Amino acid sequence: MKLLTHNMLTSKFMKGVVKGYPLGIVASEVKEVAVDYNPDFVCRMIPKLEWGSLCSAADSIGKLGDLPKELPENIESNQDFLKKVHHLLMEVEVISGNLICPETGRKFPINNGIPNMLLNEDEV
Amino acid sequence: MASVRRPEHQAPPEIFYNETEARKYTSNTRMIEIQLKMTERAVELLTLPEDTPCMILDLGCGSGLSGETLTEHGHNWVGLDISSSMLSVALEREVEGDLMLGDMGQGLSFRPGMFDGAVSISALQWLCNADKKSHVPAKRMFKFFSTLYSCLARGGRAAFQFYPENSQQVELITQQALKAGFTGGVVVDYPNSSKAKKVFLVLFVGGQQQLPRGLGTAPGEKGVPGHVQYTDVRQRIKAARGKPLKKSRDWILEKKERRRRQGKEVRPDSKYTGRKRKDKF
Ligand SMILES: C[S@@+](CC[C@H](N)C(=O)[O-])C[C@H]1O[C@@H](n2cnc3c(N)ncnc32)[C@H](O)[C@@H]1O
Repeated sequence: MKLLTHNMLTSKFMKGVVKGYPLGIVASEVKEVAVDYNPDFVCRMIPKLEWGSLCSAADSIGKLGDLPKELPENIESNQDFLKKVHHLLMEVEVISGNLICPETGRKFPINNGIPNMLLNEDEV
Repeated sequence: MASVRRPEHQAPPEIFYNETEARKYTSNTRMIEIQLKMTERAVELLTLPEDTPCMILDLGCGSGLSGETLTEHGHNWVGLDISSSMLSVALEREVEGDLMLGDMGQGLSFRPGMFDGAVSISALQWLCNADKKSHVPAKRMFKFFSTLYSCLARGGRAAFQFYPENSQQVELITQQALKAGFTGGVVVDYPNSSKAKKVFLVLFVGGQQQLPRGLGTAPGEKGVPGHVQYTDVRQRIKAARGKPLKKSRDWILEKKERRRRQGKEVRPDSKYTGRKRKDKF
């Protein structure tokens, strides 16, 4: 699972959960893969990101580096910054571990890089 | 009618799409070709902004065939599927999209407005099934469509190619989608060809838009490209099968009889029924 996906994911579809965001990450294996850098895509996605949640997610898997806690201005021309964000969003993958619902503590296991978001019948 | 040929009648999707079935999606070139073609058409129906890398959701992504088409178009995607065997094959094939195990009918769990569009190829008909005691298809569809509606950006579209079993299913699906806030409807490509016919549900977020025309339905447009039209042969075959030729006396008599059965007012049959009129009429 990429951090981009994590940034979009909630547990709101569970019965009784109000916001379900952000999901905690406990990772036991993290991998880095190479993905073609596409500045247009990164620029399009940044305004949609929850920046704080990306920072804490990166931090919780030890990949925060020198990412600024606040989103800088004029990002379009800041290739350095865009590349960093690209790397975090697209190239860092959680291979195994758990996603954790912030309200109920329900764990969603990640195996082979795939989070299991299947709910039990009584959670729907 | 419970046919054994429809996969939905055989087992729940997470069971039906086991390792053997998942393999087919990598080894059967004809099957692959069909899935790719349908995805191409679905992407076309999304009318995404040109030359813009988008974020797309692939619902029932399976082994990632549909997703690969998205990658070819320069888009990023997240794929959701209920079958871990299908997802394993997707992993093996090293697809570019990010994968997730989940059940569409339980609803999607993304933040609002995150996706520019969604495609779904050959998966939606599964939602018509009640595979567990607790499953109510209409409810699952509504949950699915309403959570999909929320995670699409304004102006976004969703295009589903699916295999409805009958018109009631099409109606149920469309109803639930509209109830969830979408506008749009069904687009049928090549409706007159039993082989090439494909059904798409095209949904819009934010206001009514013109529903695209199905391929092979424009006036003057000849059916499936590369296929010969056999209209007149078909008529003759019908006649041979015992159905009267259109506009013939027998055809009229049969139609009148049908109408009578429906309780409609019909003129009595006479020796003049179905006869050609003289010029002076
Ligand atoms: C015919 S396959 C098509 C896969 C892929 N879209 C393609 O074109 O190759 C249908 C897929 O829908 C998935 N599916 C069926 N019901 C589902 C559900 N409720 N939630 C998520 N996926 C589902 C199946 O597991 C299967 O992988």
